[in-house]
Amino acid sequence: MPTTFRFALRDLPPEAEALRGEVRAFLREQFSGAKPVTRARSWGGFDREFSRRVGARGWIGMTWPKRYGGHERSFLERYVVLEEMLAAGAPVSAHWVADRQSGPLLLRFGTEEQRERILPGIVRGELAFAIGMSEPDSGSDLASIRTRAARADGGYVVNGTKVWTSNAHISDYLIALFRTQIVPDKKHEGLTQFLVDLKSTKGITIRPIIDLAGRHHFNEVNFTDAFVPEAARVGNEGDGWKQVTTELAFERSGPERYLSSISLIRELIREVSARPDERSLEQVGRLVAGLATLRQMSTSVAGMLQAGENPNLEAATVKDVGTTFEQSVPELVHALIGTEPTNETGSPFQQVLGYITQTAPSFSLRGGTREILRGIIARGLGLR
Amino acid sequence: MTSELGSLLADTVTRLFNDLATKELIESAEKGAWPDKLWRALEEGGLTLPLVPESAGGAAGTWLDAHVVVRASGRHTAPVPLAETIIAGWLLSRAGLEVPLGPLTLAPVHEDERLTLARGGGGFAVSGTATRVPWGRHAGHVVTLSEADGRATIALIPGGRARITEDTNLAREPRDTLVFDKAPVLAAAPAAGVPADAIRLYGAMARAAQMAGALESCLEQAVRYATERKQFGRPIGSFQAIQQSLAVLAGHVAASGIAAESAFRAADRGDARFEVAAAKVRVGEAAGIGAGIAHQSHGAIGFTYEHSLHFATRRLWSWRAEFGSESAWARDLGRAVVGRGADDLWPMLTERP
Repeated sequence: MPTTFRFALRDLPPEAEALRGEVRAFLREQFSGAKPVTRARSWGGFDREFSRRVGARGWIGMTWPKRYGGHERSFLERYVVLEEMLAAGAPVSAHWVADRQSGPLLLRFGTEEQRERILPGIVRGELAFAIGMSEPDSGSDLASIRTRAARADGGYVVNGTKVWTSNAHISDYLIALFRTQIVPDKKHEGLTQFLVDLKSTKGITIRPIIDLAGRHHFNEVNFTDAFVPEAARVGNEGDGWKQVTTELAFERSGPERYLSSISLIRELIREVSARPDERSLEQVGRLVAGLATLRQMSTSVAGMLQAGENPNLEAATVKDVGTTFEQSVPELVHALIGTEPTNETGSPFQQVLGYITQTAPSFSLRGGTREILRGIIARGLGLR
Repeated sequence: MTSELGSLLADTVTRLFNDLATKELIESAEKGAWPDKLWRALEEGGLTLPLVPESAGGAAGTWLDAHVVVRASGRHTAPVPLAETIIAGWLLSRAGLEVPLGPLTLAPVHEDERLTLARGGGGFAVSGTATRVPWGRHAGHVVTLSEADGRATIALIPGGRARITEDTNLAREPRDTLVFDKAPVLAAAPAAGVPADAIRLYGAMARAAQMAGALESCLEQAVRYATERKQFGRPIGSFQAIQQSLAVLAGHVAASGIAAESAFRAADRGDARFEVAAAKVRVGEAAGIGAGIAHQSHGAIGFTYEHSLHFATRRLWSWRAEFGSESAWARDLGRAVVGRGADDLWPMLTERP
């Protein structure tokens, strides 16, 4: 087995633990009266006012350089803020995508002008980002995208369609992957990333895609002769594939990949407390064992990021094990209690169960499907 | 997190098992032979007493150092009571008792069994029945944790003083019934700060690490086989179906490794009950699934005695039930969590390192 496939135990440093108390107190103040089903939405929740308050506390762009408004704190301090937010079910998505992947992408590959213009706004919690990768004919086979950015005077003219673009209708910017050059038989070449201003770019049409539960977060984003200036290009022409895989590694490395069902576990414990029979206690114990183990794995990945290592394989593993765990929770609740899941009516427990049951299929799709992740792991094992 | 001693132990133990814990040796142990040469090499290499103070002939290490050795004994499916000796040695030294040379074992291993200590003739005598005692027939001494004068007491009993009925677990490791009838105790002393169920607790922790090791062996063998075995004109590991299952196995191996190691770290810091329970449960689940995937990817050859996969899988099937099953440990864990209440779930997880 390759030696790179190693999860080292990691202790969170005292300064990170000290921060935990502050974050917890802040969240208690913000959400003491929140309904369980609201908390269950967690990083599905979009609340600009909340994001601004998080920014004001200095909890966005925590690891970024001060000259861009960042706070130059450690990855492990950032990790503690993240896990506290997710465990509490805070509505983080108005700043979350930018903090997690768009900001780090600009820091690494963006121009100085882009960094100075964009990063301070992200840090203040004022700029929300969406991700434009998938297209109607390109999902897991991301390199097959066809949306074309053709050279034009002073920039590019974009034609094509992106799908599953979460929050595009309420975000400020889109980090999009376009094809700037068609290289026959080499689909990974000729791809380039762009920072697209969703508010002011002409030629963009955003249409809702309603999910199975009737909720609107997905969108279809159509570009018809949309002009994107030269200054919006992120990185060199043709470097898009390398950049996008780096970005996806940022996306996969966080604790959100095992905490999606924690609200349901919490509500299950509340139910079991009322009549703690042996079988229920056992199942709660099994869930907690899985949760505690995933937290160790996830903390280990944060430690690798802190040490400047590249935990691609480990992050894919945590995500695969984590989403399998998250999806097992509603199954287990069903086997144990059998309460009917509900939408807006019913008890808080039923509503949380209804929300998680109807969201669970997405856990192993978003940010790379289970099959793609297992392919990455298999490559790490030397099988491909 | 690995200390200098830990790295040294890791190198020594890996070299030693590679040389000595061969297929032939494991097979002969399964027929009842005691692997004396392997045991002596472990003793001479200082691997049997990692937690015992140097003044008493040990390596003065931590549980995390011991973890390296215990995990390796699982990975190499070494047919010796190394984990049992390590825990027994630690218990003896916690009670300030001398640690004898030779293999040690722990009894009783079952929650509902007790060995009783009674004063008589200037010392203690032990009575009672302990079933499924690991390596009972080969152990030079048995270490028990019982009550004497109202205090938790560690006692050292010569192995030869028990009436032994031999039995084995699925992997043909000795699991014997030991009956003591007023057998004289060599030494006994109160065990300060050792919980009354220490044998079950630390035994479960050791089995979790051994299973994590055996699961590593399963993955290693399955990946190797998938690269070597050809069907339809290509290595079976080039098929997505196989790749996807081995990726699942790799996830369980990773989860098991960190769960077990985390329990040992907690043992160094104090009360490890939460982490031990989590490890025994999580690794136990991985054992069932992992052994299944390893066999499936090996096809029929992995189902033969000739192949060595079963050394790992039969141990996994037995070890997950020893020192408390997953369901028993899961109930303990569930009771602790439900006792604290739903809103304390996250604080409970994060108050632990």
